Amino acid sequence: MSFLIDSSIMVTSQVLFFGFGWLFFMRQLFKDYEVRQYVVQVIFSVTFAFSCTMFELIIFEILGVLNSSSRYFHWKLNLCVILLILVFMVPFYIGYFIVSNIRLLHRQRLLFSCGLWLTFMYFFWKLGDPFPILSPKHGILSIEQLISRVGVIGVTLMALLSGFGAVNCPYTYMSYFLRNVTDTDILALERRLLQTMDMIISKKKRIAMARRNLFQKGEVNNKPSGFWGMIKSVTASAPGSENLTLIQQEVDALEELSRQLFLETVDLYATKERIEYSKTFKGKYFNFLGYFFSIYCVWKIFMATINIVFDRVGKTDPVTRGIEITVNYLGIQFDVKFWSQHISFILVGIIIVTSIRGLLITLTKFFYAISSSKSSNVIVLLLAQIMGMYFVSSVLLIRMSMPLEYRTIITEVLGELQFNFYHRWFDVIFLVSALSSILFLYLAHKQAPEKHMTP
Amino acid sequence: MASLDRVKVLVLGDSGVGKSSLVHLLCQNQVLGNPSWTVGCSVDVRVHDYKEGTPEEKTFYIELWDVGGSVGGASSVKSTRAVFFNSVNGIILVHDLTNKKSSQNLYRWSLEAVNRDLVPSGVLVTNGDYDREQFADNQIPLLVIGTKLDQIHESKRNEVLTRIAFLAEDFNAEEINLDCTNPRYLAAGSSNAVKLSRFFDKVIEKRYFIRDGNQMPGFPDRKRFGGGVLKNLHYD
Repeated sequence: MSFLIDSSIMVTSQVLFFGFGWLFFMRQLFKDYEVRQYVVQVIFSVTFAFSCTMFELIIFEILGVLNSSSRYFHWKLNLCVILLILVFMVPFYIGYFIVSNIRLLHRQRLLFSCGLWLTFMYFFWKLGDPFPILSPKHGILSIEQLISRVGVIGVTLMALLSGFGAVNCPYTYMSYFLRNVTDTDILALERRLLQTMDMIISKKKRIAMARRNLFQKGEVNNKPSGFWGMIKSVTASAPGSENLTLIQQEVDALEELSRQLFLETVDLYATKERIEYSKTFKGKYFNFLGYFFSIYCVWKIFMATINIVFDRVGKTDPVTRGIEITVNYLGIQFDVKFWSQHISFILVGIIIVTSIRGLLITLTKFFYAISSSKSSNVIVLLLAQIMGMYFVSSVLLIRMSMPLEYRTIITEVLGELQFNFYHRWFDVIFLVSALSSILFLYLAHKQAPEKHMTP
Repeated sequence: MASLDRVKVLVLGDSGVGKSSLVHLLCQNQVLGNPSWTVGCSVDVRVHDYKEGTPEEKTFYIELWDVGGSVGGASSVKSTRAVFFNSVNGIILVHDLTNKKSSQNLYRWSLEAVNRDLVPSGVLVTNGDYDREQFADNQIPLLVIGTKLDQIHESKRNEVLTRIAFLAEDFNAEEINLDCTNPRYLAAGSSNAVKLSRFFDKVIEKRYFIRDGNQMPGFPDRKRFGGGVLKNLHYD
C-alpha cells in the first residue's frame, strides 16, 4: 500500500519536472526557431525529468521521506531508464538527424543512423578499457559497466566546465581586466568597415558591368564547340576574363577583411557595454564578488594540486568534519544526528540547485552561440546528452559531500564502482582545465589591445 | 562604369532563410552552389535598367546589402549592424515559407532597420512590438520574398500563401514566393520578374526623381533630429 503511495508521489514529481523541461525548451532554447520535430522536445524533457528525479531521490534519502525499499526500487528503475536514454536513444537520434541533414544519404536514413550508432557504441565501450574503474567480475551489460563509462565522460565534462568557469568568472566580473575603449576607437573602426564595403562594391560593379557587356556581345554563355571554337576561345577572350578573375580574387580578400572588421567592432561594442555596466551599482557589486571568487579559484587549484601530489582523497565529508570541529574545538554540544541531517540537506540542496541552474544557463548561451536553423535539432540533442551525463556524474561525486549513513543508497545501487578514482580524475582534469584557461585568457587579453591602438 | 548612379537596398531576414542564395540569384543569374553562414554583411551589385523599353531608359547600379545575423542577438551585434542601415533606399524582407517564426520576425527586422534613422544615438527605443503607425509614414519601399517554395507540400500551399498575403498587406508591400535553387522563378517575363522590376523602379524613383522642391523624402516631421536628417541629405 505504501509502495503505491510512494510511486504515485514519484510519478507526479516526474511529470512536474517533465513539464518544466518542456517549458524551458520552448521559451528559452527554441524561442527563435520553429519546433518541427516534436521528438526532440520530448527527448530533452524526458532526460531532464529523469535527471532531476535522481537528485530528488537523494534529497528524500537525507530527509527520510518515503519507504526505504520503495526508494531503492525507484533508484534502480530511474538509473536503468536514464542509462537507456543516454546510451541508446539520444545517440541514435543524434545520428538520425545528422544523416537527415545530408542530402545524399536521405534515402537510407535509418540504415546510416544505425551504422553511426554502432560506431558510437564501439568507441563508448573502448573508453572503459584504460581506466581502472571496475572490478572485473561483472557481466557485459550490467548497470555498473554502463554507468562507469557514462561517469567517466560526465566527470570529464564537469571538471572541464568547472575549471574554465572558476577562471572565467573572476575574469569577467572584475573590471581590472577591462580594456579601455573609447567612442573614437569604435567610430574609427566603423569608418574602416564602411570604406572596405565601398571598395568591395566598386570592384563588384566593375565585374557586373564587364559581365553584362560580355553577355550583350553574346559570348558569356557560348561554350566553344568544335575544332574552330576551341581555337577561337584560346585567343579571343583571354584578357577580359583574366582581368575578371584578378578582380574576383581582390574581392574575396576584401570580403575576408570586412568580416574581420565586423567581428572586431562587435567586440569593441561589447567591451564598451561592459565598461558602462561596471560603473553601475550592480557592476560594482560584481566587481567585488570577482575578487572574492578569484581567491576561491586560487584556493581550489591549490587544493587540487595537493590532492594529486599527496595522493589523498578526503575521507570525511564537510558536514561531519564541520560538526566535529565545533564539538571538539569549540565545545558546543548539540544533537549531532538531528543537525547533521538538516545541514547536509541544505548543503546538498544548494549544490544541486546551483549546478542545475548553472548548467542550464551555460547550455542556453552555448546554444545561442552556435546553432542555426539547420543544426538546431542536432545541437539540442547533444546538449540533452551532455546534461544527462553531467547529472549522472554529479550523483557520483555528490556522494562525497554526504555523511556516511546517507551514502548507503548510492553505494548499494551503483555497486562497486571505484568512487575514489572519479574524484582523482576530477581533480586532474580540473587542474588541467583551469591552467589552460588561464593561459588561453592571458593570450587573448594580450593580443587584443595592440590591434585597436590607433596611432 | 562607376559613373552610373546607385541605390542601396537592404536584404533582411533570419539566418538560414536563404538571403545569400537570393542575392546571388538576383545579381549573377546563377544558383549559389555552397551557401555558408554570412558573417557581418555581404554586398552584391545588380545592374538594372530603369524604365526598360521606354525612351527614358537609364541604367542604375543596385547595391544589395545582405546583412546576416539573428534578430534577437546581442546588443553589441545590433549596434554594429546599425552601421549598415545608413541611408537606405529600399528594403527586401526575406522569410522562409516553411518556418512561421521567420515571417513573424520580419516585423522586428523592419523596425530595426527603419528605426535606425530615427534615433541617431543608436539605441533602439521600441520594445519590438509591431506598430502599424510607425509604418504609416514610412516612405522606404518594401518587398517581401518567401523562399523554399518547393519544400511546401501541395496541400498546405493555399494556407501558407494566404497567411503570407496578410503579411505583405501589413507592410504595404508586394510579395514574391520562390525557390532560390531554381532560376526559372525569376525568368524574364514571368510575373515575379515583373514585380521585381517594378520594385526596383519604385526604389530608384523615390531616390532620384521625387527630390524636387519641398522636403526630404520620408522624414517630413523629423527635423528635430537635425543630425540624422543632415546626414541623409549629404549621402551622395
